[in-house]
Order: sequence, then C-alpha cells, then structure tokens
Amino acid sequence: MSSTPDPIETALRSSAGEATAAARRFADRAARRGADLFYAEEASPLGALLLVAGRRGLIALRYAPVDVEATLAELAERRSPRIVESAAGLDPWRRELSEYFEGARRRFEAPLDWRDIAGFRRRVLRATVAIPYGELESYKAVARKAGSPDAARAAGNALGANPLPIVIPCHRVRHAGGGLGGYTGGLERKRLLLAIESDAR
Amino acid sequence: MTTVPPFQRALEAHGDAVWRYLRGMVGAGAADDCFQETFLAALRAYPRLHRESNLRAWLLTIAHRKAIDHLRRRRRDALEPLGEEIEAKPQGDGAIWSAVATLPPRQRAAVLLRYGGDLAHREIAAAIGCSEEAARRSLHEGLKRLRETL
Repeated sequence: MSSTPDPIETALRSSAGEATAAARRFADRAARRGADLFYAEEASPLGALLLVAGRRGLIALRYAPVDVEATLAELAERRSPRIVESAAGLDPWRRELSEYFEGARRRFEAPLDWRDIAGFRRRVLRATVAIPYGELESYKAVARKAGSPDAARAAGNALGANPLPIVIPCHRVRHAGGGLGGYTGGLERKRLLLAIESDAR
Repeated sequence: MTTVPPFQRALEAHGDAVWRYLRGMVGAGAADDCFQETFLAALRAYPRLHRESNLRAWLLTIAHRKAIDHLRRRRRDALEPLGEEIEAKPQGDGAIWSAVATLPPRQRAAVLLRYGGDLAHREIAAAIGCSEEAARRSLHEGLKRLRETL
C-alpha cells in the first residue's frame, strides 16, 4: 500500500453525517423495543436533569452536576448494558415534569421503578409520595408513617438517598420546628420546588 | 467492572464505520435498513459479549452478515443493480463509490472493511469468514480493480 494519501482510501474513510442520524433513529427505536434502559438530559428551571428509565419505569433522576459516565456504568453493571440515549423514550416523564414546573401538574402518574429501593428506605419514600402537593411534613411524621416513629434521623438519611427527587417529593419534608432541613440537590432547589407548589395553589 | 460499556457508547464510537461499510456494500438507499438491523442484532447479543472483545470488529462482522443477506435477497428479488442506486445519489466522491459498487462482493467487503471499517487483515478475514491470506488477496485485487476503473 502506498504511503501518499490515496484519493480512494480518503473517500472510503470519509465520515458521513447520515451515520449520526441513523444512530439517533436506532436509539429511539431501541428505546421502544430492544434496549433495557434509556436516558436523556432534560433542561429544567432547576438546571439540567439526567433521567434514566427502564421497562418498569423511571429509575433515576439526577441534578447537575452529574457524572453521566459513572452513573451509566453503574447501571450497566447493576441492571443491563443495553442502554441507549433517547429523549423520545423518556417522553412520559419529561412531559409530566415540564407540566409540573409550569404549575400545571400536582401528581406524577408515569411509572416509577421501585425495584432497587428496599426496606426502611422504601417505606420512607412510599410515605413521602403520599404527602399532598404543596404541603409539608416533618421528618418525624414521615418516620412514623414508615413504621419507625423514633427514626426521624434515619428517615432524613433515606430521603437524602432518594433516587427520584421531585417525583418522590422529598422536598416536602422538613424539621418539626419549621427548619427546612437538607436536600439532595441543595437547599436552593428545595426552596424553588416549594415556591412552585405554593404559587400554583 | 466486569460488564461491557453502555451500548450507546458503542453506537457513538462505531456507528460511522458501520455506516461507511454498509453504504459501500449495499448502497445509500438500503444502508439505513441494514444499519438498523445490524445494531438491533448487536443490542440483543451485547450483554453476552466479552469485555475485552474488539467492538468495532464485532459490529462490522454483524454488518457484513446483514449486508450479505440483503444482497442475496436483492438478487433473488431481482431489483435494480447496485451501481445505479449509488450513482443516483449525488456525492463528491460519487465516482469512487460507484466504482466500489461494481466490485465483486468479496473484494468490495474487503476494501470497505479495510478503509471504511479500519480493520486489520486478520479481522477482515474473521468478518468475511476466510483465511487471512485470502482476505489480503481480495483486498489487493479490489484496490487494483478500483484504480484501473478510476
């Protein structure tokens, strides 16, 4: 083979923009059928959100900054490497979230995947889902509803490890004395979510 | 970590090579169907793939099978010849692509796997299912014929 640039070789190596479009079509199709997990980054008033869903429902919702590669690698290991990027695949959740941010939605109905949420953490997060829109409950009350009235601090930890903030509304939980407590995405985001909900009421 | 990387990364890293190969092999008009079939088959088998595997060679091997299936079907259905379809698509390197289309399938596959897919002789042989020597010969013959045509 010659060492000078050969027009034939150059032409055959040339990259086609069509490949990108074909890859996107494939990913959207695979999100409907074939892939086990699909993800997308979505802009929101709280900054970019990383959404990951599977056949059973939404698996993860992460605030920026998020290490996308580490998150996907961990899910590939724990769940399945059949992961594609598809905003279309996440349409049900993206739609509900955008309605929520506009104050036009009070309940999330698109399915959530609870498979990896077990034990006390599951009971705490289930109790949290039951807190009505725009209302606040104390860590202590949530712990009681989760069946462990003395475990307010543990309930706080369980909420801190909420894999699905916003849709599992851990922002509606605060201290009994009125203090805001903590939040996965930082207190600024907690205040913003509560403001959206009080404005819409 | 014992598993393969997320499939999306394989799609992003090697989609171009698979597309280039298929465009040359089956023509621009049929390339998308073959591309979709290739990656769907790859997605199905993906979790069983060994982490150390050469992803690009693996994907191109699947693409080659899909291209050959497609060409067989087309020959059976006696659709229009491949050359015309590629010429109909205006491209800067149109002459080269239509010359590629006139190569016998084995030579065409060898040339495209080498330059479109950037595979080594050993990998081309594995993808086509022939000896390394035969792959080398197909590549050589194919290139020679291309240079004569152009």
